[in-house]
Amino acid sequence: MKNIFLLSFTAVLFTACKKDDQPLYNATIKAPLSIEFDNIAGSANLQLNTATYTNVAGEIFNVTLLKYYVSNFKLTDVNGNIYTVPQDSSYFLVQEGVTDNVQLSVPEAEYKTLSFVVGVDSLRNTMDISRRTGTLDPAGPAADMYWGWNSGYIFFKLEGTSPASTSADHVFQYHVGGFGGYTTPTPNNLKTITLDLSARGTAKVKAGKETNIHLMVDILKALNGNTNMSFATTSMIHSAAPAIPVANNYMDMFRHDHTEN
Amino acid sequence: MKRIYYLISIVFVAGLWACNKDLPEIFIGFQQPENFTQPAYHFSTNNISQKGFELGRKLFYDPILSANNSISCGSCHIQTSAFTHHGHSVSHGINDRMGTRNSPPIMNLAWNTSFMWDGGIADLDLQAIAPITNHVEMDEMMPGVLAKLRGSSQYRTLFKNAFGSDDISTNDFLKALSQFMLMCVSSNSRYDSIMRHDAGKNFTDEETNGYAVFKQKCSACHKEPLFTDNTFRNNGLSVSSVNDEGRYLVTQQQTDLYKFKVPSLRNLSFTAPYMHDGRFLTLDAVLDHYTSHIQPTPNLDPLFLQNVQPGIALSMPERQSLLSFLKTLDDHHFLTDARFSEQ
Repeated sequence: MKNIFLLSFTAVLFTACKKDDQPLYNATIKAPLSIEFDNIAGSANLQLNTATYTNVAGEIFNVTLLKYYVSNFKLTDVNGNIYTVPQDSSYFLVQEGVTDNVQLSVPEAEYKTLSFVVGVDSLRNTMDISRRTGTLDPAGPAADMYWGWNSGYIFFKLEGTSPASTSADHVFQYHVGGFGGYTTPTPNNLKTITLDLSARGTAKVKAGKETNIHLMVDILKALNGNTNMSFATTSMIHSAAPAIPVANNYMDMFRHDHTEN
Repeated sequence: MKRIYYLISIVFVAGLWACNKDLPEIFIGFQQPENFTQPAYHFSTNNISQKGFELGRKLFYDPILSANNSISCGSCHIQTSAFTHHGHSVSHGINDRMGTRNSPPIMNLAWNTSFMWDGGIADLDLQAIAPITNHVEMDEMMPGVLAKLRGSSQYRTLFKNAFGSDDISTNDFLKALSQFMLMCVSSNSRYDSIMRHDAGKNFTDEETNGYAVFKQKCSACHKEPLFTDNTFRNNGLSVSSVNDEGRYLVTQQQTDLYKFKVPSLRNLSFTAPYMHDGRFLTLDAVLDHYTSHIQPTPNLDPLFLQNVQPGIALSMPERQSLLSFLKTLDDHHFLTDARFSEQ
């Protein structure tokens, strides 16, 4: 009797092991994954127009517009498999107060790394006009995110007012663009952001539910960092070279906060 | 005998009548002139059709493209001036706002590798966005233009006929404009017919001398047969109070400061004034600049530094023959071709 019991117990154990070996995820099935770009200013939620903030230079300012492209999403699962979101559905425009959510459809897996580009890559920046649809349409959503005189997309726009700014109405406008140029090399402000999700929660993407990766995007880090921007010395940035310090700063602007599985 | 003359007369008159009769026009699309190089434009993504070309022409001459519907592309690009703005050093746009640059000709654009004096635009299909949205030119927004076009049943029909859809997409709008501009080929100057060995066409002695001067002293930048090498160079103009930094504005490389695109020399008789800011009213003033007034500004092209005095040495006879040769680049047919005119 005792033997039979032991045998049964062992059998149960083996069955359990076998069950564990079975994959939880089916990579042939696509499931929804959203990424939230939650714009903040230091330890405060970003509030357009009304709230005021202070940069490292000690200048008080408000923000009237924040808009940026995120594209070329890539995910790496816990086994090291990389999934690249197809290019044609990989361009999104985040605008504070309008859209902060990127909706993707990716194979089921547990993802530990997220990477994306801030801006529009050089390939798409030089593509035939027929391939510039949706968020990239220069007569549509991209109308104010495009430099017509120097063909190329604006990657990032931060606008507001600061008493320190010497421009008319104390306005500041930081527009970042520059994909490297068609033939002559020009400044390249494309930045790839790679975030490790393991510390604050991997994304367990499965069909039948929606997983959300929640990112905090701290605009103070676009102003403060390697170069501390001052509205008194620089209130207007409208081309690629002067935008280099802002682009270098905003590399550190994105932080993984948590994942809702 | 008399009868024969009579018959001949009848045939001749009938022949004349046939010529006058409005025959159905056969649309000949883009043609590569025999003496030209391969075009740079990507025709594979924009196949020129009669309907597309005619729609492009209508758009080109339609002030609906500007904010207050007051000016069209054709306002500053006038066919009789080889599609430049004759008599204007810099063009005036909407509400008579002044720009800082001279409007360049719409001519042989299929061979251009970049657009604008600073080459800021690399694809003809993206070119029209710049003047439409420029504050001192048409001051419109691209979504505004498309909304106006979509509100017009006539345009919806024309787009449907040309592109198979009346959605009026950004792509179809810009490509229709490209189709018109690509067709504006100037290749029927005396120079061209001589290069193509047309019967009875030859340079005069003075033109022959001028051609030799041109080849020796101008052709390094103004390369045949388009008379530009599509590069950017500083030709030693004094820096005006506008301080237009030229190609530097696009590339932000110090080595591009004060460089501008080498313009074609075709149709020079009709495209005055000259230079990126239209500062020279006559070709004599241009040649005076090259012989005597080159300024040693940053990035001055080394070609101007081969003599003791910066510039190009030209004797009086050389100068006269050169001007005679340059006139052989005038293409009157291009200026009057009804296909390119407002209908």
